[in-house]
Amino acid sequence: MAVKQLSIFVENETGRLANLTQILADHGIDLNAATIAETGEYGILRCIVQNPEEAAKVLAKEGFMASTSDVLAVSIDNRPGGLNRILQALAGAGIGVKYIYSTIQDAKGGAVIMMKTEDPERAERILKENGVDLYDIGELKQ
Amino acid sequence: MIWNKEMECADRETMCAVQLERLQATVKYEYEHVPYYAAKMDKAGVKPEDIRTLEDIALLPFITKEDLADNYPSGLFAQPMENIVRIQSSSGTTGKPKIIGYTEGDMADWAESVARGLTMCGAGKNDVIHIAYGYGLFTGGLGAHAGAEAIGATVLPMSTGNTARQIMFMQDMKSDVLCCTPSYALTIAEAVEKAGIRPEDLRLRAGLFGAEPWTQSMRDKIEKGLGIRAHDIYGLTEITGPGVSTSCEENCGMHIQEDLFYPEIIDPETLKPLPAGESGELVFTTLNKRGVPMIRYRTRDICYLMDEKCECGRTTVRMSRVFGRTDDMLIVKGVNVFPSQVETVIAEFDELTLNYKLLVDRKGASDTIELMVEFAEGLIIDDIEFVENMRKRVEHALREILQIGCKVRFLNAGALPRSEGKAVRVEDRRRFE
Repeated sequence: MAVKQLSIFVENETGRLANLTQILADHGIDLNAATIAETGEYGILRCIVQNPEEAAKVLAKEGFMASTSDVLAVSIDNRPGGLNRILQALAGAGIGVKYIYSTIQDAKGGAVIMMKTEDPERAERILKENGVDLYDIGELKQ
Repeated sequence: MIWNKEMECADRETMCAVQLERLQATVKYEYEHVPYYAAKMDKAGVKPEDIRTLEDIALLPFITKEDLADNYPSGLFAQPMENIVRIQSSSGTTGKPKIIGYTEGDMADWAESVARGLTMCGAGKNDVIHIAYGYGLFTGGLGAHAGAEAIGATVLPMSTGNTARQIMFMQDMKSDVLCCTPSYALTIAEAVEKAGIRPEDLRLRAGLFGAEPWTQSMRDKIEKGLGIRAHDIYGLTEITGPGVSTSCEENCGMHIQEDLFYPEIIDPETLKPLPAGESGELVFTTLNKRGVPMIRYRTRDICYLMDEKCECGRTTVRMSRVFGRTDDMLIVKGVNVFPSQVETVIAEFDELTLNYKLLVDRKGASDTIELMVEFAEGLIIDDIEFVENMRKRVEHALREILQIGCKVRFLNAGALPRSEGKAVRVEDRRRFE
């Protein structure tokens, strides 16, 4: 049960990001989770929104390169070792993690992380076999 | 088809005889009608009667851009304004525009040159010729227009701009041949793709592109995007306008209309003539112009000449594509850099568009050069690693060809303004004072 993530290429100029968030705000697009990977000159804003394809279209019209890709929304126990359990399971199966960013807490008070891995289908299976909950997009809406 | 077999397929002896007779007449006419050039000849110690062979042309002084600027607006005109029927002008990159006046005969020769070029692209009287060069003082629009009228085609005088309307006319009027700058052709091709129109839905079959340097890779993109065969047309206002030379269906250089324009290649440093096959600065002498004749005009364009036989049957000398201009040539960290080299590199990457800008600056005592280039639309970028990798690959390829480091900055697709005429590719922020 992968979740579609929206990735947006942003040139690193003062105000460029604000320009982007303004467009999202103007179109009533709610960010459920967001992170920025950056070098000195560019950033890539990765975020979770309820309708990523629609948001990508809106942004393209405004001159941003936005694309969508699959990530896993993984529930982790809110206690020491919570993240470790998940990473150990993936490492044991030889699946590399490309990046992780955390999002909101779920209804039970647990944490949700967004995770990009190699071989996402297998990663999903391994996690489920280990009793880890995965969320779909609707469940991330607060 | 060949428009003027007598001239375009003449044997060498006949052509040389025509050229010599016209050269002698031109030099005599210039000496008698343009005091500025007569004074130059006197200073060089050469008289019209000293021109006995075509090789004697090397005795004559050059005319340069600076001579045109010093004689602005009409100091090099050989006829009073009452005999001038048209003015065209070319914007100097620096300083005053160059003003050229045409007599009725000059206009007819210009139309003849373009007619020969259009015929090389297979255009004829049954075709709709879509002209998307700028109309006005720039010779592109009116030059192509005159040639298209001369062959009796249906002329569609679109001028530049409003790309959506260009495409609408192209579809509704069933344009057969497109004439515009290569960068605008690329803009149109991109817009056609974006509008979801397939090349086979257009009737276009050939294009005549010129007025700015372009590369093989740009040609491939235009040909594929519009489903046409692209031909090069070369010209400059000082000599007449577009049509001085055009490439035929063999696509092996541009046939020079050498009964009208006599070409030489010189070493831009020593000013000595170079043989066919060697690259240098292109120099033209007009052989039949009466409004503003040009003798040994230094074009600043860098190319070479080819005198081998062409399969198309024409015997005229061909010139290679212009691969640089002595003016466009940037000297960065002491190295010669041509924007066309950068273009060749960009074209190798499908992830990039051919819209780019080169930014040259100086930090302290050292030059910096930076390439700003757009990512292609639809590219999936989820990963800094991808961007960094792209940067390394492009920077590496640039270093290979330029021999100096060039920083690369990526922009969103569509971030740079689209060109409708000659694209401004270089911004040199260095100030040498």
